[in-house]
Amino acid sequence: MDELITYGPQLLEGFLENIKLSLVAGVFALIVGTLLVAMRVSPTPVLRAAGTVYVNVVRNTPLTLVLAFSALGLSDTLGLVFSGVPRTNSFWIVSLGLGAYTAAFVCEALRSGINTVPTGQAEAARAIGLTFFQTLTLIILPQAFRAVVAPLGSVFIAMIKNTTVATAGGLLTESAANMKEIFDTTGASIPIFLGIVAGFMILTMPIGFFTGWLSQRLAVVR
Amino acid sequence: MSTSVLYDTPGPRAKVRNALLTVLGVVLVGTVLYLIYAGFDAKNQWDGRIWEPFLQAETWEFYIIPGLIGTLRAAAVAAVLALIFGAVFGLARLSDHRWIRIPAGAVVEIFRSIPLLLLIFFIFYLAPSLFGGGDYAFIALVTALMLYNGSVLAEVVRAGVRAVPKGQSEAAYSVGMRKNQVMRLVLLPQAVTAMMPAIVSQLVVLLKDTALGYIIAYVDLLNTGFKILPAAFFGSLIPAAIVIGIIYIGLNMALSALANWLEKRSRRSRKTAAPPVAPPGASVLGVGPGAGSGAGAEAVATME
Repeated sequence: MDELITYGPQLLEGFLENIKLSLVAGVFALIVGTLLVAMRVSPTPVLRAAGTVYVNVVRNTPLTLVLAFSALGLSDTLGLVFSGVPRTNSFWIVSLGLGAYTAAFVCEALRSGINTVPTGQAEAARAIGLTFFQTLTLIILPQAFRAVVAPLGSVFIAMIKNTTVATAGGLLTESAANMKEIFDTTGASIPIFLGIVAGFMILTMPIGFFTGWLSQRLAVVR
Repeated sequence: MSTSVLYDTPGPRAKVRNALLTVLGVVLVGTVLYLIYAGFDAKNQWDGRIWEPFLQAETWEFYIIPGLIGTLRAAAVAAVLALIFGAVFGLARLSDHRWIRIPAGAVVEIFRSIPLLLLIFFIFYLAPSLFGGGDYAFIALVTALMLYNGSVLAEVVRAGVRAVPKGQSEAAYSVGMRKNQVMRLVLLPQAVTAMMPAIVSQLVVLLKDTALGYIIAYVDLLNTGFKILPAAFFGSLIPAAIVIGIIYIGLNMALSALANWLEKRSRRSRKTAAPPVAPPGASVLGVGPGAGSGAGAEAVATME
């Protein structure tokens, strides 16, 4: 217990880094994921194919490889540098990698939401004379968004847990790297491990409960 | 076509619009590809010298194949252990005895919510102080993968058994079977068929997660291919990333294809009364009256 108190401030700081990472990567993943799903359901075969290739490639690559490549390949070799300060640069590089990785899963969640809307809904909408745009915005999307609340919640929970892999992208200020560093001096410490785990649970559990509650409240009764 | 819900068969005006969008799409995709090409070119990444190592048998023999074996070994051992763990705890959670059900539920929920890398680090540092010095990278990786994926699989097992219609167990009890017999002879055989696709897609996740071993210096494909190989062949970092990326993607897509095939098979199978269990993470979707023809099959997206 003493160890947890001694290293408390350092752990807290690392944990804040995870939260910041989640926020930046989450926003990025939402934007890119929405663009990707627009491509994947578009009437244009080229865009559809491009979206499919992106999702399948990224989804089947280990996150560790994505992040290690972002740091060593994109940043060090190809010269994508956001900031001269290594720590800030790593933060943005890892956010970019994690966001790009999560975007593929966001896209799949959104797309399966569109697939849950029965064809009859769109057919009925067209039959009463709604245009394509009206069908989409008044009938399809409202139902699709309701269906994806819970799956999107689990995507974001997984992403928060994945922020620990930032170590592979050279970001050594977040919780996992912090814990490793402390373990290097103290040896494995159960209180410290439990402390960090509790932190993640406090962060992820409300998201799970909230999205679960929301999805039930918003569920379309058919 | 799963997207047909969004638009009608195109008329003359829509056809023109679609053609324009296609041209725009080609230009867009082409621009992105060209920018990648130009970026690589600016840093001399198309230089034949740095790609050459991948044409030599020695590179594969000394770096890539041993790494691949390391990855597959960890994945295979962890998969077997996770399946056992999942079966035991999944069934324990279904037990009629509260003193079995509640602890099993707690174990499953806790290990499911711990970030995998933290678990790996913890076991990696804990093992030497318990069992003395040595190399615990393999043990730490496999144990953590077992605990995490086993917990997810436990949920799959539970969902699979629950997906068997109640009439099946009622009928079994009414012909005089014991609890044990009902589970063993009636529920489990049907549940296994229903949860096969979900199990395989969780195994894809497991295979991907073996790459975390890279961080604790376990000798896997990512380690030999992305750390040791570029150190031996200076400048080959990006070609190495592309080659091992392709290997990982190939492995995972082969497994995913197996999951889809199993899903299709279990969909038309008459051997089970249970509907297919949705893969974890896509749990809310893919079932129910709204699911289109391809929705379930394509929702094999699982993360973590």
